[in-house]
Amino acid sequence: MTVDTALYILAGLPVTIALTGLALLFGAVVGFPLMLAAQSAFTPLRLLTVGVISFVRSVPPILWLFLIFFGLGSGVVTLSAFSAAVVAFGLIAAVNMAEIYRGGMVAIHHGQYEAAIALNFSTYRLYRDILIPQMVRVSIPSAATYAIGLMKDSAIASTIGVAELAFRGNQISLQTYRGLEVYAVVGLLYILLSLPVAALSREAERHLRAKVSR
Amino acid sequence: MDALLMGVTWEDVRNWLPSFWNGFLISVRITLVSLAIGIPLGFLFALGVQVKNRAVRYLCLLLVEIGRGAPALVLLQFVYFGLPNAGLSVGAFAAACIAISFNTGAYTSEIIRSGLEAVPAGQNEAVMALGMTRWDGLRFVIIPQGIRVAIPALLGFAILVFQGTSLCFAIAVPELISRAYDIGSMQFFYFPALGVAGIFYVAVCIPASFIVSWAERRAGAYSQR
Repeated sequence: MTVDTALYILAGLPVTIALTGLALLFGAVVGFPLMLAAQSAFTPLRLLTVGVISFVRSVPPILWLFLIFFGLGSGVVTLSAFSAAVVAFGLIAAVNMAEIYRGGMVAIHHGQYEAAIALNFSTYRLYRDILIPQMVRVSIPSAATYAIGLMKDSAIASTIGVAELAFRGNQISLQTYRGLEVYAVVGLLYILLSLPVAALSREAERHLRAKVSR
Repeated sequence: MDALLMGVTWEDVRNWLPSFWNGFLISVRITLVSLAIGIPLGFLFALGVQVKNRAVRYLCLLLVEIGRGAPALVLLQFVYFGLPNAGLSVGAFAAACIAISFNTGAYTSEIIRSGLEAVPAGQNEAVMALGMTRWDGLRFVIIPQGIRVAIPALLGFAILVFQGTSLCFAIAVPELISRAYDIGSMQFFYFPALGVAGIFYVAVCIPASFIVSWAERRAGAYSQR
């Protein structure tokens, strides 16, 4: 592999990071109200949200990409490949983050609710001061694991022509017929990319844990 | 809605169904083959990362980290487009099975390992106190208890493997997504054709996820006894 081809593949790195980051950001924001709706006391809303979450999760990511890029693209809204990928992965990330937040909420001890009621906290204060800080702390490891999974899934965006790592690797492999080393390098780049995320998550967890007295 | 459906009729959809059904069977076949190879492989990896021999342990660890760390799509392309460079040409279906089995093996090894670790340490001590061989201890005491813990997670992973077969589109296996894409690109019925493929996935995955949560509840009830 020459320096030129290596640089060409590496130029996909920012695209992979941007795609993963934007989708994760969207998912982290939208996932929260989704989690609240999935636990709502109002039954129709709860059933609808739970239904939507399991529907989105049961369709594979590549199909969401195609539905949004080709399906919507051929009649309704035409998006660039990159924006279609952000929308598709954002949607998938939102339902998965909702599940992760739900796991974090379940982990909160019931006594915390009782204490908040005893102290006459409003619902807003209950969430802002008691539930959310604890939920976030519990959710961080699973969110980081999910972020790494999402980063690997973002390789699927190469099928609609987003010029990220896997797409560039594919191009070089077709041009040079040196698939063995090209795909090995691309695979290694994804593994290397996941290392700092895992380290960051450990650091964040340690930092947040230090603030809590046990 | 009209803009999305592009005037597709029920007649069209009915004509597509045989093709979709064949694609669905291919997806199911890849899933079953990959699970049949991948789960025993996961067992080997799970035991391999615990053996005393350093060379074997590091090799297993390396394979597990590659199988879990590299995207499934890149693994598929590596096997299908890359291995021919090393003189190993395989067909698309075989390549799909090899790559997904390896991926399955790497992921399930972690599931199985955590299942085996969930067996209380006293069980292992009892095995040693009774003078059982290491293998007999695994075979009769540790594995039967560990696998019970791992089964719900393994079932859940089986659903992900079925969804993962959709990536075989990239190496031209004629599975569900490929069929939908072909109809979409030939007749320009992208949205309806992809929608029908989606129905196949939903029809399998939603009932399957109910089975998984049932298995989880049952396993939970077992461990509380």
